[in-house]
Amino acid sequence: MTTAIRYPHAAGFVAGDRPKIVTSRFEHADSFTLERFLATGGYAGLRKALGRAATDVHEEVKSATVLGRGGAGFPAGTKWGLTPQQVFPKYLVVNGDESEPGTYKDRLLMERDPHQLIEGCLIACYAAGLSQCFLYIRGEMALAQERVAVALNEAYAAGYVGKNILGSKFSVDIVLHWGAGAYVVGEETALIESLEGNRGMPRLKPPFFPAANGLYGQPTIVNNVETLANLPWLMVNGAEAFTAIGTKTSPGTRMVAVSGHVKNPGVFEIINGTTTFRDLLYGAEFCGGIRNDNELKAFVPGGGSAPWFTADQLDLPFEASQVGPAGSMLGSGAIMVMDSTTDIPAAALTLTHFYAHESCGKCTPCREGGTWLERILTRIVDGTGTEADLQQILEVGAMICPGDFPHASNEKLGLAAVPFPYKMTTICFVGPSAFAPLHSAITLFRSEFESRLVKRISIPVTAVSTPPTVWA
Amino acid sequence: MSKLNEANIKTALEIISHYPRPKSALIPLLHLAQEQNGYVTNEAMVHLGELVGVTSAEVYGTATFYEMFRFEPVGKYLVNICGTMSCALMGAGDLMHHAEHKLGVKAGGTTADGMFTLAHAECQAACTEAPTLQVNYRFRYKVTNSDFDTMIDDLKSGKLADEIPGHGVVARIRQRIPADRGVGAIAPELVTENPVWMDGKAAL
Repeated sequence: MTTAIRYPHAAGFVAGDRPKIVTSRFEHADSFTLERFLATGGYAGLRKALGRAATDVHEEVKSATVLGRGGAGFPAGTKWGLTPQQVFPKYLVVNGDESEPGTYKDRLLMERDPHQLIEGCLIACYAAGLSQCFLYIRGEMALAQERVAVALNEAYAAGYVGKNILGSKFSVDIVLHWGAGAYVVGEETALIESLEGNRGMPRLKPPFFPAANGLYGQPTIVNNVETLANLPWLMVNGAEAFTAIGTKTSPGTRMVAVSGHVKNPGVFEIINGTTTFRDLLYGAEFCGGIRNDNELKAFVPGGGSAPWFTADQLDLPFEASQVGPAGSMLGSGAIMVMDSTTDIPAAALTLTHFYAHESCGKCTPCREGGTWLERILTRIVDGTGTEADLQQILEVGAMICPGDFPHASNEKLGLAAVPFPYKMTTICFVGPSAFAPLHSAITLFRSEFESRLVKRISIPVTAVSTPPTVWA
Repeated sequence: MSKLNEANIKTALEIISHYPRPKSALIPLLHLAQEQNGYVTNEAMVHLGELVGVTSAEVYGTATFYEMFRFEPVGKYLVNICGTMSCALMGAGDLMHHAEHKLGVKAGGTTADGMFTLAHAECQAACTEAPTLQVNYRFRYKVTNSDFDTMIDDLKSGKLADEIPGHGVVARIRQRIPADRGVGAIAPELVTENPVWMDGKAAL
């Protein structure tokens, strides 16, 4: 059964000499098989969890403050507690629709250690009393789908998933579901719509959490792949060991992908809360500096939707409570680095194009605004934009995000930071995301836009002073 | 043969049985139809509507939202070159330019022999390995121009046929829930009690 999936591991992951919570098996070539999983302590966390009352397990996860790793950073244990007590059934939907620009971690976790994810799902279902689990994998990830399918088939056959798991009274099905290519489906209510077989458009809020009203109108927990992958380790080692790594507000580790103009791009499991951007970009155990020893121009700290940082913010740690006030977000653990050779307006255009393309069309400011931002920016990048176009971009942006848009401070420009988050006129974050890279680029590198504008000379039009005397 | 064939109807019913509501199976079933015919035909959408109990318009509504579904024939190999930020920074533009010349079609076009469709794609979650591309959703990392040429030649000669199936096939392995092990999907309105393990006692 496994012969068809004997591909080499996807490239990119760099192990390093750091504590490993979710990537401990990555070093093994056969890390995705049940044999290897069992030989390296697999399903021990599940066994431990089933040996305790479900509410106990829930409390343990709550006390460990496992922050959601999908982007919003909401603690998993607290999220589980938001479901109403007397409404059944409740569902678990696993968000494996990783598609935020720059993000590359969930695919690795699904391809290299699918059983760890399955174990995490089971622990979540047990602790929060969830009756069925749907594991939604992005449509374009063929290998991840194959690996998870094989792992589920193995786990069913061996009695880890399904009826009376490990001979206990705990029974749950995990259903592998796969998408078909739509970024917006990463938003949790859009994910649920998609799982119901509809167009993947986000639902109107409130309710702000599907925990109240989700899949088929039932209470539903939506958790990210990486969040759930933390649970087996947490069960085996306990909340105390988990919070001993990282800081009090951001405990544990995080998967971070650093890409773009660095010497050694890679995916790292880093210590949460203390590792700084400087460590990541310049540290010898991480990326080892900017390519060709160029100067750093700017970097995106948390996926394509995040406002940009420059060298001024390098010493910020991976800690939401510090990155937010500094004007951006940690998002999904994706850093994209631009060196001094980067054409900033063109770089911003790739992201604005992405969000304009991925708008689902439900909210007008995003559907119309996003595409206009792209069109106007394309004009500027092509060298036919005018001063009015630059102003127009900011006006269109203000219709998606009224008020001050968050941005980083900059000493050279004398700018003070505007803290995250922004106000928005759309249901979900796709609209603001189309404006975020563009706003950062214009705020921090305005001269690069201005130098591309066409100067229009205005010719004063004066009225003809005397009307013609002969009309016919 | 645009409707699902006998074997695929069986698979479709099995997929539907995994969900509390049949319509949830729609996206996997559209993939199944695309796998069978290379693209999603009108007849298949009507058929899927019958299988899950919705109108063909609803099937069409869902299908047209998602980028992976094609409604007219595409090349045997769909080459998606990523053009989002990390790949763009690392030279995806040049790679696309080269690919257009190599294949003799613009992005979005299909070669005259029906072998290749070239397309511009958005972030593929392999950003550290930029520039990347996918051929029928199988990855190629850090692609240089000569890598691209070799890959195209290998695809033409059939050298990669084992690794890369024709367009429409995504995962080649399906989840099978054994009848004696599965709990079974139950419509939400039929569940009236808290799960048995939520009784305040350990399950084991």
